[in-house]
Amino acid sequence: MQSKRLGWILLAPTLVILFFFGVLPFIYVVYVSFHSWNPFAVNPEMVFNGADNFRKIVFDSAFLNSVGVTVMFVFFAVLSELIIGYFLAQAFMRDFPGKAIFRTIHTLPLIMAPIIVGSVWKLMTTPSIGIIPHYLDEWFGISMNIGTSAPAAFATIVIMDIWHWTPLVTLTLIAALVSLPQDPFEQAQIDGAGKRQIFWHITLPMIAPAVVATVFIRLMDALRTVDEVWMLTGGGPGSATRFVGVHIFKEVFPKTNYGYGSTISVIVLYLTIVSCWLLYVTMLAPRSKKD
Amino acid sequence: MRKPSPIIGLIFWSLVSLLTLFPIYWLFVISVKPAVQLFSTPELILSDPYWGNYAKVWGDRLLRSYMLNSVIISTGNAVICTVLGFFACYALSRFNMSGKESIFFWTITNRMAPPAVFLLPLFLLMTQVYTVGDWKLLDTRIGMILVYCTFNLPFAIWTLRPTVDGIPKELDEAAYVDGASSWQVITQIVFPLCRPGLAVTLILTWVFAWNEYLLAATLTNFNARTLTTGLSEYVTTTGTAWGVMATISVFTLIPALIVFGLVQKHIVAGLTFGAVKG
Repeated sequence: MQSKRLGWILLAPTLVILFFFGVLPFIYVVYVSFHSWNPFAVNPEMVFNGADNFRKIVFDSAFLNSVGVTVMFVFFAVLSELIIGYFLAQAFMRDFPGKAIFRTIHTLPLIMAPIIVGSVWKLMTTPSIGIIPHYLDEWFGISMNIGTSAPAAFATIVIMDIWHWTPLVTLTLIAALVSLPQDPFEQAQIDGAGKRQIFWHITLPMIAPAVVATVFIRLMDALRTVDEVWMLTGGGPGSATRFVGVHIFKEVFPKTNYGYGSTISVIVLYLTIVSCWLLYVTMLAPRSKKD
Repeated sequence: MRKPSPIIGLIFWSLVSLLTLFPIYWLFVISVKPAVQLFSTPELILSDPYWGNYAKVWGDRLLRSYMLNSVIISTGNAVICTVLGFFACYALSRFNMSGKESIFFWTITNRMAPPAVFLLPLFLLMTQVYTVGDWKLLDTRIGMILVYCTFNLPFAIWTLRPTVDGIPKELDEAAYVDGASSWQVITQIVFPLCRPGLAVTLILTWVFAWNEYLLAATLTNFNARTLTTGLSEYVTTTGTAWGVMATISVFTLIPALIVFGLVQKHIVAGLTFGAVKG
């Protein structure tokens, strides 16, 4: 084996950049989370208040509600993305005329900026000027108002997320499916296994790491989403679409409660890291250590 | 297996494509409507396009400089993240360093941070700590390139790891036996073999940087403003200029479309994100 020094030299730039732009701000946020502070006030003064912020968070129903809304959102959006993405990935495994064009079209939403996605969906769904409520009313007599109806707003955000991120899931799953060995499938067919059996006992276990990796990335991004939701609903109506990212944003900017916002961030970051670590250790790490 | 008829497939894919394309089409429709028509009854089919918004955006010199900033920042960031990510992956894959799996996981935690709260420490660091004399890192292109590394570098490392792990170590060893230096092995043997993975990493980090909004809006004020922040300048207290905003969005989309189209075929080959071992 070569000297480990070279390894550290190669790793050094990454560690340095992440230290100066990731770790130092994080330390600052942890420091502030023990204070009560409004940096935008006339007389901004940081007042140490020990663990008060952390105590407050346990009884903060708005925060707990935002965690609940986020979990629901991650569940519905990611599950739908996985199911739709899997079917599309399977469909793309076959050859058909125009496959390249359809695949390109399918990946287009990926390249759109979240803030633009949020704006377009806002324009499509705003009552009276949006095209979706207009035709829902004209053709089916359904009235949809994301400004007043919590389920409508929540559903719109879930659908928007599905539209925006299913392509990423499809691509990841295509990559996983392409690299699968063919023998187990042929063997199973010879043994007379049905389609459903093949899916549950062969395909799913073999693509499980890719599925977990996708959930991982989507979970991470869902917890920090702000732009899209802020643009589309601003977290409303009420707190129906107030995800943790939006909740923190509201705490920091309109309310200028920077100290408390930091505390929430630390807690959310902690929860994210723990859940991702558990996913990683149980599902991904054992597989990569095998060889 | 039953082979589905091509017609059904074609209909299915056309429907899926229609659903995918509709919001993008709608963005275009809004960009070619004069402001007064926006609030009338929406119509599905475009009639009588109005190109005034395009003339306005194209003639705006400020927006052109934003466009240039966006190109420089996202390209610089994507190249740095891909190259440094590759080096890091090579180190993690080939050397038996203590705690390397923890370092690997730690890198991705940088991507998990809720951005709203991290804006202020970054702002303070870039105005008060990362300075040389009068020069501040705030509102510079290099500053934005480095800040974007916090979410793109971990992503690059996680996307590239399976690719680098997949290159057999025997190749390195054979090259060493032939008298190659470490640098030659890394740049001339392993790097070219990782091309599909590198292409995907490059394009996805580019797109993420190109599309970033919150950090760019806070950490730049004039010199390094990007195209996405140009959008918010049309949200004013007197109302939002949706038509102009949509037009800028279309302009934002075009370069991303071109870059994406160029590497489309590499995408599937390289996108395994830490999951599938080759």
